[in-house]
Amino acid sequence: MSITIKEIEHLAKLARLNLSDEEKERLTGEMSGILDFAHKLNELDVSDISPTMHVGADSNVFREDVARESYPTSEILRNAAEADEGCFLVPKTVE
Amino acid sequence: MSNLYELTAHELADKLAKKEVSSAEICENQFKRIDEVEGDVEGYITVLHDEAMAKAKEIDTKRAAGERLSPLAGIPIAVKDNICTKDIKTTCASHMLYNFVPPYNATVSEKISDLVIIGKTNMDEFAMGSSTENSYFKKTKNPYNLGCVPGGSSGGSAAVVSADEAIIALGSDTGGSIRQPASFCGVVGFKPTYGRVSRFGLVAFASSLDQIGPFTKDVEDCALLLNQITGHDVKDSTSLNVPDEDFTQYLNADIKGMKIGIPKEYMGEGISEEVRNAVLSAAKLYESMGAEVEQCSLPMTPYALAAYYMISSAEASSNLARYDGIRFGFRAKDCKDLEDVYFKTRSEGFGKEVKRRIMLGTFVLSSGYYDAYYKKAQQVRTLIREDFGKAFEKYDLLLAPTAPDTAWKFGEKSADPVQMYAADICTVSLNIAGLPGMSFPFALDKNGLPIGVQLIGKAMHDGDIIRAGYALEKNSAYTKTKPQLGGAN
Repeated sequence: MSITIKEIEHLAKLARLNLSDEEKERLTGEMSGILDFAHKLNELDVSDISPTMHVGADSNVFREDVARESYPTSEILRNAAEADEGCFLVPKTVE
Repeated sequence: MSNLYELTAHELADKLAKKEVSSAEICENQFKRIDEVEGDVEGYITVLHDEAMAKAKEIDTKRAAGERLSPLAGIPIAVKDNICTKDIKTTCASHMLYNFVPPYNATVSEKISDLVIIGKTNMDEFAMGSSTENSYFKKTKNPYNLGCVPGGSSGGSAAVVSADEAIIALGSDTGGSIRQPASFCGVVGFKPTYGRVSRFGLVAFASSLDQIGPFTKDVEDCALLLNQITGHDVKDSTSLNVPDEDFTQYLNADIKGMKIGIPKEYMGEGISEEVRNAVLSAAKLYESMGAEVEQCSLPMTPYALAAYYMISSAEASSNLARYDGIRFGFRAKDCKDLEDVYFKTRSEGFGKEVKRRIMLGTFVLSSGYYDAYYKKAQQVRTLIREDFGKAFEKYDLLLAPTAPDTAWKFGEKSADPVQMYAADICTVSLNIAGLPGMSFPFALDKNGLPIGVQLIGKAMHDGDIIRAGYALEKNSAYTKTKPQLGGAN
């Protein structure tokens, strides 16, 4: 399976990554290599096999929907790159 | 008197209980060692001298007052830098989280709250790697040979225990990230059954595979640290709701009649002769102790690595979507709009390997490729689980190499990602199937580098591994050779 520069550009956009020309070039080769190696899985007939997404419990875990103490806003905003008036600050999103 | 830092946690705990030493004295001696050799080893991202000394004195006061303390109270411990520690920087060895100070503790950090955290250890960025060379901050060295890697991704935790820069440590294991560096650095490393240790506060890499576990100098310490960190947690929906177990009950070395299988797929091509010989001599030792050892087969083994890299990268690309530069961590400068914040922050914040996995994960989850790669890998995951299920109908335990070879030189496998990924061949299957495993330091190769052997148990039978590991430790002719560092030994 070889992957094209165009596909790399599409994936990078989905993943919100800007790639330099050098990175695109390198990733094209590397990802093709990794996918070749993944092709080993095609040796197996898995058409009747159900997928395992998780090895844990088969049922979901629920809890009562009750209010619990949370963190003060100031504590949570301490890690923000920019914050103001108790809010996360980002560049203007609407004109 | 020998230095306190050379002792094990259980030896120190005895001394503390008998009031022969204080936690403050132990920590002071521990920091002396760190001062001596950390310049060579570079296992820590953050060393917490002042905080640790204050904590040690606090525990000493509590002990003097007769307060109830945990068996390992006052013992210095190192914690991998992807485990959240309240008010202590937790970076995941990434530029993306270079300044992140968690406002909360991971559940394991709570569970070790009367131990003394002396530092946060280096790792591959976001735990992606097998050599710790992918850290944004520094390259940790193998204490047995400073020109070699410590393994990864928990290379810092393995190296600091090996170099006596910590008595015990915590790491995380997604595809071998505890066991492989433990093997490379000559220490005991244990990955518990999936769900036995809460993942709450462990920065997620691949949620269905990640598990926290101990690095220790011996099996007894491993059992004690497992006692401390295992248990059900309502904050982690994948945490197993099972009764707590006392793992020290398995420290009896009685393995008479135990049936042990050696999967032949783990002993073939690509495994170095010295590693293979170490496994075979461990097998002989088990036989001499009354266990039944024979060759067995796990025919799906050759497919595990490909399935692992599809599944783990898919989960990683999804988990790492949260890093957007807004709520925590790094944000790129001079962004013209919100989209630009996302793109620039992620492009400048993530390193090469992390970007590669995000791209791979995005690919296998994208429309048109989902069935051919991601779903197929999950179907193979079912087959791998069934493989182990069949083997464990016949055997109590499996014995295998931890890694195909001993530690390699810096840069040796960095050029080709597939070659680096192949280093995980002996470890990834356990994560895929959720099984417990231990790497036990069993020999040195001709260059003096440690070789670990791996013990693989049934799900929830972590205790069998402790029992078998303890038996090796008590009966092995191999006496651990400490690494020669700083000329202090």
